[in-house]
Amino acid sequence: MATLDIKVLGPGCRNCVTLDTATRAAVAELGLDATIEKVEDYGQIASYNIMSTPGLVIDGTVVSSGRVPSASEIKDLLLAAQA
Amino acid sequence: MSLIDTLPASKGKLALIGAGALATWGLAYWVNEWLWSWVMYGVLRLDSANRVVETVHFFVYDFLKIMLLLAGIIFVITFLRSYMSVERTRALLGGKRSGVGNVLAASLGVITPFCSCSAVPAFIGFVAAGVPVGVTMSFLIASPLVNEIAIGLLLTLFGWQITLLYVVSGLAIAIVAGWVIGKFKPERWVEKFVFETKLHGEAIDPSRGLTIKQRVGIATGEVSAIIRKTWPYLVVGIGLGAIIHGWVPESFFASVAGKDNLFAVPIVVLLGVPLYSNAAGILPLVESLYGAGLPIGTLLAFMMSVVALSLPELILLKRVLKPQLLGIFVGVTAAGIILVGYLFNAIIP
Repeated sequence: MATLDIKVLGPGCRNCVTLDTATRAAVAELGLDATIEKVEDYGQIASYNIMSTPGLVIDGTVVSSGRVPSASEIKDLLLAAQA
Repeated sequence: MSLIDTLPASKGKLALIGAGALATWGLAYWVNEWLWSWVMYGVLRLDSANRVVETVHFFVYDFLKIMLLLAGIIFVITFLRSYMSVERTRALLGGKRSGVGNVLAASLGVITPFCSCSAVPAFIGFVAAGVPVGVTMSFLIASPLVNEIAIGLLLTLFGWQITLLYVVSGLAIAIVAGWVIGKFKPERWVEKFVFETKLHGEAIDPSRGLTIKQRVGIATGEVSAIIRKTWPYLVVGIGLGAIIHGWVPESFFASVAGKDNLFAVPIVVLLGVPLYSNAAGILPLVESLYGAGLPIGTLLAFMMSVVALSLPELILLKRVLKPQLLGIFVGVTAAGIILVGYLFNAIIP
């Protein structure tokens, strides 16, 4: 099982913190092997072609932007990326 | 667990819950009209001529009314807006020159869901994709300035004439300010890394592929987020309003900041810069002050300044804009707001 490379894109707004917490909770609940990094640099965030934060990136692919997906959605996204 | 996970997936059940919520909302709004008179004067037998009693009555009634209005308006608007996104706006603005581009950008700024916390990634996203800086600024100015929640509240509190003037003048400020900024060749005042940013991969459009249930979830989430963030402003705004309503003679405000005082408009615009709130937080105070006899132009100028010129957003934008451009942005926008203040004072009796 490969390690998932997860990045939460967000400069620290309320939703970005919410997404970070929710993602960590989902990873823990699913017992996944993953590295989670919070990206706060604007240049890096923009280079993912994201215009509204927060963004969620799994293994280099943006899977969500501009909103905080629900807990079950995050789990689906994680499981889909792992498959 | 967030609220959306508890909602049923079936459309029928969702519609039923929606109808129930609408009925509850309507009932609460209707009951609020007479509930407090009944409780305070009927049950508690308080003296309705007593000023303290009257002030408390005004506060509880107005607070609940504004809360209900806000919840309703935010829900409907956020739901509708979930069909729009900054990504879609950028696609629509692609290849537009100054002029037409400014008009389109300002109009899209009104309907696009946008949080000023995303101002920097959005700015980079626009400019790196080739949208001119002046056109981008029209979007960034219009977005907080002409706010749909403010439109909804203004409609219910002030009527359609003032609402229309607010929308038209706000758009005019955003269009003209962005166009003027474009004339200064602003590209030289944008940090270099913005142009060097390479956009990787397809942009994800957050407005597409959502179910109705997800959109309802976004809308309810926004209602609770905005109410949680703005209730202290509402307590202060409506509290001040209640006190003014009961204790300050009407001639007081008219004498310090009436139409005859030409400095009133620029002074309130300056006052508005360090203050930061969204339109929802500031409008109840505006309503109270209007009731107390302050002219509407002065009040709208104050509101526009609070929402459109905010220190936190300027500090964020400093990452991508050099001081010269920030200065022109603030100067041109403030001048527009001051002009609109005078204009409203002149044409509305």
